[in-house]
Amino acid sequence: MIVLGFFLTAPMGIGYMEHKVLAHMQHRLGPMEAGGFHGWAQLVADGVKFIQKEDIIPKAADSWVFTLAPAVVMVPYIAIFAVIPFGRTLWAENLDIGIFYVLAITAISVIGILMAGWASANKFSLIGALRAAAQLIAYELPLILASVAVVMQAGTLSLVGISEAQHHYWYIFTQPVGFFIFIVASLAELTRPPFDMPIADSEIIFGAYTEYTGLKFAFFLLAEYGGIVAFSAIASVLFLGGYQGIPVIGHLIPGFFWMSGKVGALAFFIIWLRATYPRLREDQLQRFAWVALIPLALADIMVTGVVKVLVK
Amino acid sequence: MSETYYQSYGIVVALLIGGVGLVAVAFGAARVVAPRRQLPEKLTTYECGIDPVGEGWSQSQIRYYIYAFLFVIFDVESVFLFPWATTFERLGMQAVVEMGIFVFILALGLLYAYRKKVLEWV
Repeated sequence: MIVLGFFLTAPMGIGYMEHKVLAHMQHRLGPMEAGGFHGWAQLVADGVKFIQKEDIIPKAADSWVFTLAPAVVMVPYIAIFAVIPFGRTLWAENLDIGIFYVLAITAISVIGILMAGWASANKFSLIGALRAAAQLIAYELPLILASVAVVMQAGTLSLVGISEAQHHYWYIFTQPVGFFIFIVASLAELTRPPFDMPIADSEIIFGAYTEYTGLKFAFFLLAEYGGIVAFSAIASVLFLGGYQGIPVIGHLIPGFFWMSGKVGALAFFIIWLRATYPRLREDQLQRFAWVALIPLALADIMVTGVVKVLVK
Repeated sequence: MSETYYQSYGIVVALLIGGVGLVAVAFGAARVVAPRRQLPEKLTTYECGIDPVGEGWSQSQIRYYIYAFLFVIFDVESVFLFPWATTFERLGMQAVVEMGIFVFILALGLLYAYRKKVLEWV
């Protein structure tokens, strides 16, 4: 229940952050009216609006798959939060294959995008969905390989174990290459700019989501923000020490606040990139993954292995 | 051991059920609240505002089936990497060298694919 509640509130926070951060980076105000103080209730109002909107399923569409797709995109992001530790004892479940479970389940939501694009029976949706699938194929590997390097250093797959292993120093200092690869690959998994070709609103309308209206459309957006929270949380656990604070003053503040702060900072960074970088081209994206990121990640794994055995 | 092992997945299953329930409740609520006035214009496929040309499931070129082969190869490699990554420290340098040979052979395959120019999005 706590996890579900968290999933419903945290993406709202990130969504509000995106409104405001993007607005201020572009020298405008963003939503200011709803709720009084700086438009904090804008997303609540949006939610209420979305639920009242007519739900249109195009006649050509495959209505069952069309309806299932938003759920397939969203449910995996809920399930990820089962294993993410927000404090030394604050986690729903400490699976011994934690990171493996996370990586496996994040890939499912891309199947949801593929379902959405295919079921829409719309050329633009289909192009968007195929791009999303290509992106998954290209960027799942760097994501996995970067995590393997962290697992090697920590010696465990459990996310709580990985956080505990960073008691003395965070892995961003020993695995800076892995951190870079992981962040780039998560952006691509999330289809966030500069890797948002599956949506690419200036070329293929809104990609796989073109035909969606009302609540189903809102669920895709919720899943996107939920995904930002999820990937920021995983990156915090793997590279930024999770709930471990900085030395000396770390224990004065509870782990939950350290973890939330790190997740917030990474989410801010992801939003910041959207304001900074233009969209890549599809062939550039593929080339970058296969020619740069995967060899780099493989080299990172081997270097980590050699160094760890030598240091021991 | 096996009992607690399965118990630890109980919460994962519970969350999946909870997630599906959440979606179902939300869709049910939307069905009750949202208006339903279907017009033929509304139900057409959206294509820049003019009537759609041809079928939505039209022929499209899937450019990345060779990437998909490579993906499967490296995905299987990563399945081998995970158990090795948790235990290689105990096995010492020998395990690192063995995995190094394995990764090197696969990387050679990637290099071959690159030189054969299949890693190009044409």
